[in-house]
Parts: sequence; structure tokens; C-alpha cells
Amino acid sequence: MKLPVWLRPLLFIAVLLALWQVAIDRHPGQLLPGPIGVAKGILDLLQHGLLLKYVVASLFRVTWGFGLAVVVAIPLGLMLGWHRRGQMAAYPIVQLFRPISPLAWIPLAILWFGVSDLAAIFLIFVGCFFPLLLTAMSAVHNIPAVYVNAGRNFGLSSSAFVSRVLYPAVIPQLLTGLRLTLGIAWLVVVAAEMISVNSGLGFLIVDARNAGNRYDLVVAGMVLIGAIGLMLDLAMRSLERVRSFHWSISEE
Amino acid sequence: MAAEASMTGAGAGQKLRVEHLGMVFQRDGEAVSALEDINLDVSAGEFVCIVGPSGCGKSTLLNVLAGFLSSTSGSVTIDGEAVTGPDPRRILVFQERGVFPWLTVEGNIGFGLSKLSRAEREARIAHYVQTVRLQGFEEAYPADLSGGMKQRLQVARALAVNPDILYLDEPFGALDSITRVIMRGELLRIWQTERRTILFVTHDIDEAVQLADRVIVLSSRPARIKEILAIDIPHPRNISSPRYLELRDELLTQIGLAYEV
Repeated sequence: MKLPVWLRPLLFIAVLLALWQVAIDRHPGQLLPGPIGVAKGILDLLQHGLLLKYVVASLFRVTWGFGLAVVVAIPLGLMLGWHRRGQMAAYPIVQLFRPISPLAWIPLAILWFGVSDLAAIFLIFVGCFFPLLLTAMSAVHNIPAVYVNAGRNFGLSSSAFVSRVLYPAVIPQLLTGLRLTLGIAWLVVVAAEMISVNSGLGFLIVDARNAGNRYDLVVAGMVLIGAIGLMLDLAMRSLERVRSFHWSISEE
Repeated sequence: MAAEASMTGAGAGQKLRVEHLGMVFQRDGEAVSALEDINLDVSAGEFVCIVGPSGCGKSTLLNVLAGFLSSTSGSVTIDGEAVTGPDPRRILVFQERGVFPWLTVEGNIGFGLSKLSRAEREARIAHYVQTVRLQGFEEAYPADLSGGMKQRLQVARALAVNPDILYLDEPFGALDSITRVIMRGELLRIWQTERRTILFVTHDIDEAVQLADRVIVLSSRPARIKEILAIDIPHPRNISSPRYLELRDELLTQIGLAYEV
């Protein structure tokens, strides 16, 4: 029997869900809700208007935290990468800050911004800033000299050189960095929401447990986080397929 | 256009003058001499090949002439004007990966033409697409082109900005031998219609004898001019004529290679 390619993973997931349900039915208890329970939980959230509200709240924070980090870290990283001295000066500081988990900033975030959206946005910003800075720095570093020389040969002004050689030359590496970092942002927002705000998917998980051991809602929150994370990743991947972005050094 | 044509016409006088050019690199605190006392005059419209053992400094010389490297002694002047940096009036064509992979064929050829009006730019692009026979590939990206097509594209991008001098740094060195022969024919055809001054670095003796008006033989590091050989065979050249073989043998001897394999 020949199945269409797109159907195979869906079928596999359906089998896993069925096994999960059967296992739960045979050993009922409090350890894990079954898929039907989780689906009911998601429906419950939808009916109370919480699903949309929490998803929007989480995406709002990610958009701002990630967006600000992109706007600040990418130009800064490109500049530092281009000027060798800048790179030498910045590198040790970046390397010192980079291994600090963004979650370690939670106390300071709450001290500075209170229990608010700003605190969560700040945490996402911190989590994204250093990976993006390093991505931009190394992307500039890896531009083949031949592109730089070819660009210089045609007498471009500095601004034309940046927009017509530097920027297109770093795009493929930047896109990969952006995609990975958006993944980090999505991880951080859940953790930040567990502690520093009163809405969002991270808050949903903590709240569902604290407010009455609603583990169906806990798992529902997890499923939603996974599904949205997957969609964000797919969206970024589709950007990478844009033709004039899609060249890579190895391909040449 | 009239002034331009007379400037680039063959025999219109001297174009490039290199005097006592020397280049010393600092490597691990040690001075390494790459070029020593290079003296050379090239006239407008001339096709000059530079040959020498690999690693002798041929590419270094071309990079100095193109303004990408500064020499440590001596001078390079073009039409009496000292070369201080890269300039669109003289374009260097690289061996590999010289075209921009994020631009289409048209985008690459038009790269140096942003100062022209849209109509002029499009006309220039169309002309050079035809010159290098890339019709039908205007919208293609370099990843979809063969190695030979990419090099033709690079030559077209260089010619499009109307340079006085083309520097070619082993432009066919990465191509297979059949493509290389075809490319030589194409380059000669373009040179004969466009009449640019060409300095062509190669390590292929046959390539030099087939293409050049004069062949400059460099010694191994530090590179000095060992011999300048005029190739007095009219185009199209018969590569089994006695004169061709004689010049070829002379070059082989100069480089210090045996005739027998």
C-alpha cells in the first residue's frame, strides 16, 4: 500500500496518540492525562477565551523581545565583525555574558521592571541578544574575500557597499541564526511567564497546576507551545527558501 | 564615445607603466620578498600574459596592479596617473567565485552600472549578455550556471563598466580542459571586438602562446621578470605551426621544464 508522503507522519502521530490513550485507559491515575483529556482541556480553554488570549500574550512578548534584539544585535554585530579591533574588544565580554542563562536574569528583571510584560520582554531580549550578536559577527567574518574585493573594484560608496555586498553576503548565515534564536526566544518566554507575569502559555502551565492540579491543562499548554514553536520554525524556514537569500558558500 | 574609442584603440600608445616595483610581506615577523624590481610597459589594447611557476607571485603582481595591494617600493601608473586603490576603470576577474551568487545574470552584469539611467543600463546588460553568449540565462542565478558560464558572466560584468584594463587572474584555471579551450576562443573574440588592454595571469604555457601579444615570464619567488617574449603569430593561430612550437619550447625552457613527460 502506497501512502502519500505527507500522510505518513500524521498516521504515525495518530498511532502514538492511540497507544497513549490505550495505556491511560488501562492504568488510570493521576500521573498523566490522556490525549482525549488534553483535547477536552484545549477545548475548555478555547471556550473560556483563554487560549487565544494566552497565545497572543506569549507571541506579543516574543515579537518585542526578539524584534528588539534583532534591531540592536545584528547591526552592532555586523559593525563589530567588520572592524577587527571592535571584534577583539567585544569578544571577551560577549563570551562572558553568553553562557549566563537568560533565566538567571529573572530576579533583576523583576527588580527593574516589576511583574510586567516588560520583564518578560527584557528576558527574551537578553536571551536572544548574545546569540544574534555572535551570529552577525561570524557572518561578516566568513564573507569570502573575493566578494569584498569584487565589490571594492566597482567603486561603491561605503553605504552602497554595505547594502549591495555586505548585507546580501551575510543573509544566509543570518537567517539560520535568526531561526535558531527565535527558537530560544520561544523557550525563554515560557520560563519568563512562569515567574514574572500573569498571562501567557507559561503562566497557564503554572496556574493550571497551582489552581487545582489541572494536569490536562498543563499538558494542553505544552502541546500548544510545541505546535506554535513548530509553526514559527516553519515560517523561518520558508524565508530561507527565498531564492536570492538561498545561496550558500558551499553551493558555490 | 569617439574619445573613448581612440583611447582604447590598438597601438594608441602606452597604457600601463610599472617601474622598479617591489613587494615585501611581513610574515611571522620575517620579511618575505614576493616581487623584485618589476619593470613593464604595456600599450593600449595589448594582450599580455604573465606566466611563472605556481606560487611565484603572479597573483600578487596582478593585485598590486589592480590596486588591491600596495607595493613596498616602485610605482604603477596608468595613463600617467599613479594607482592608489581599486578603480572601476580597471577590473580584476578572479579565478573562482567572483560573481555574486545572490544576483541573477542580469543583476551581476548590471552591478557596476547603478549610475546609468535605467534604459542605458538595460541596453548595456543586453549587449553584454549577448557578447558572452548567455542569452536565455538572464534570470538565472550563478548556482544554476556551469563553471565556464560563471567565468563568462564575470567577464561580462567587468566589461559592462567599460574599463580601460582587464586583469584576469587565472580565469580559466578551475575549468576542465575542453571548456578552457572554448573560453580562450571566446576571450580572443571579445578582445578583438572590444579592444581592451588585457593582463592575463596563467600557469598554462599553451594558453599564453595562444592568447598573448607578449608573454612575461616570471622567476620563482621572489618574482623577477626573467624574459619578455613577443608572440609574432597572427590570429587565428595554428597551434601545430613550427613557429608556435618554437615559441612554446622557448617558454618551457625559460620556466625550466623538460619537453618530455
